[in-house]
Amino acid sequence: MNLNYLDFEQPIAELEGKIEELQMIGSDNDLNISEEIDRLREKSAKKTEDIYSGLTPWQIVQVARHPQRPYTADYIPRIFDDWDELHGDRHFGDDKAIIGGVARLNGKPVMVIGEEKGRSVKDKVARNFGMPKPEGYRKALRLMEMAERFKMPVLTLIDTPGAYPGIDSEERGISESIAQNLAVMSRLRTPIICTVIGEGSSGGALAIGVGDHLNMLQYATYFVISPEGCANIIWKTVEKAPLAAEAMGVTSSILEELGIIDETIPEPPGGAHRDIDAMAETLKQKLSEQVDRLQAEDLDTLLARRYERLMSYGNDRPL
Amino acid sequence: MSWLDKIVPTVVRSDAKKNPSKVPEGLWKKCSKCAAVLYRPELEKNLDVCPKCDHHMRIGARRRLDIFLDYDGREELAADVLPVDRLKFKDIKKYKDRLTTAQKSTGEKDALVAMKGTLKGMPVVASAFEFAFHGGSMGYAVGERFTRAAQVALEERIPYVCFSATGGARMQEALISLMQMAKTSAVIERMKQEGIPFISFMTDPVYGGVSASLALLGDINAAEPGARAGFAGPNIIEQTIRQKLPPGFQRSEFLLEHGAIDLIVHRTEIRDRIASILAKFTNKPQPTLEIS
Repeated sequence: MNLNYLDFEQPIAELEGKIEELQMIGSDNDLNISEEIDRLREKSAKKTEDIYSGLTPWQIVQVARHPQRPYTADYIPRIFDDWDELHGDRHFGDDKAIIGGVARLNGKPVMVIGEEKGRSVKDKVARNFGMPKPEGYRKALRLMEMAERFKMPVLTLIDTPGAYPGIDSEERGISESIAQNLAVMSRLRTPIICTVIGEGSSGGALAIGVGDHLNMLQYATYFVISPEGCANIIWKTVEKAPLAAEAMGVTSSILEELGIIDETIPEPPGGAHRDIDAMAETLKQKLSEQVDRLQAEDLDTLLARRYERLMSYGNDRPL
Repeated sequence: MSWLDKIVPTVVRSDAKKNPSKVPEGLWKKCSKCAAVLYRPELEKNLDVCPKCDHHMRIGARRRLDIFLDYDGREELAADVLPVDRLKFKDIKKYKDRLTTAQKSTGEKDALVAMKGTLKGMPVVASAFEFAFHGGSMGYAVGERFTRAAQVALEERIPYVCFSATGGARMQEALISLMQMAKTSAVIERMKQEGIPFISFMTDPVYGGVSASLALLGDINAAEPGARAGFAGPNIIEQTIRQKLPPGFQRSEFLLEHGAIDLIVHRTEIRDRIASILAKFTNKPQPTLEIS
């Protein structure tokens, strides 16, 4: 079993393995095997397409959490120029589970705020596996309010297993920090574009997820409680997480249908992690278009629409 | 065998042993904290607070509003907002059936009751969570009723008081319930900008999505003594950090200590205290105390 592939992707892993073997032979052998390699490549692409066109919600959750999936720190250098990271909430500390700073998107100044799970073990620990504490959300709030003052659009990248459930988190008011962000984002006088790039888990995701345009990458997931958590409550076992994922509607297609997200951004075949550069390029194009469109709008109209939309959540025909 | 067992008839004895803590239904109620057996009419007069240990027992939404608002001039708000099963959610049971069961057992259509009325003559909007309905969880109907009540407060420029008691967001409505957090927070922010007072009163328990939205956004956040409130439930935290939680963790006294709430108010003093604050916020004469 190839650990770089999820269990349902193993047929693709096998084909890719064969291609690699043939390439090795090809390089020190003058046998003409390029035709065979091409044939296998085609087969692998076809297999990938087949598998990915029929992913179950639970499989999508696994892709969204894939250990090689690109994170905020992978996107920032690929999408933005002149990145200046900023730190701290000015009250308690600097939470590395949330990255924030100013950058340029096609020359335009923007504020970027994203949740970051961390790649290496050391990095994961430093970033608390992408589970922000109150100081993380308060840093985000500080930066958003700064963006409002300097008339920069806010671009958020959502990817978290949830806000951190710990003693220190509760002591410093994790609930209040999330709630405050929801309140302020509802009226921040600058365009806000939110994109779920991986795992959007509950209040910890929503805390940087209120805005004018909500994107979800094709194989990202967004839920009010993790499928494991839901399964644990209902079936008393995490084994039933696939059923919970099915029941809750955690994928972009369903959420777009419900009017909760505006746009699904397509991923490269086999998921964002198979071609990070291509994914970043697609995302950059989308974000650029969206920033241009929202910046061209009258700010009062934009804010009225954001508010009306918030008020319409759950209605028959949400805005 | 003690001398008592010898003189008590067998039938009574065996029954008593099977259910050692059973208190006859009706006139008597046992305090869930100190186990004192309490005379029901007496307990009700004390607003369901144990006269022996001061434990604040859970009460329903209608009773909550009944003891908070003045007797006359109440009008229910947004009662026409009903729960919606947009996802056709089904686990071991259908969500639709769970709703029907909850509606039958509580007599409510969903977990929030909102009213317009007066508090010592001051017009107010008030709402209360019904914890017995699906754990007081917030889905579309709760979020929408909360929001419509807030809109009445905004239109009539009168204060809004919400008593929460909830396990959090309602997972059967998935992202729709998550978005109610954004919706309720947005309308509260609007009240803030318009200078309409919002008082969030937490009663046991307040967790999850409600805690991380409307419950912590009051101009005044208050709680009843001993109420538990927090973002993550104690079990989740214990599983995450693999250690026992300190005693009193997430109780209202802990919240006061950590600066999350303004005050802890005994149930019998809620009317007095909130009226006193709201009268100042709205520049009205100081109301007379009911409890001295």
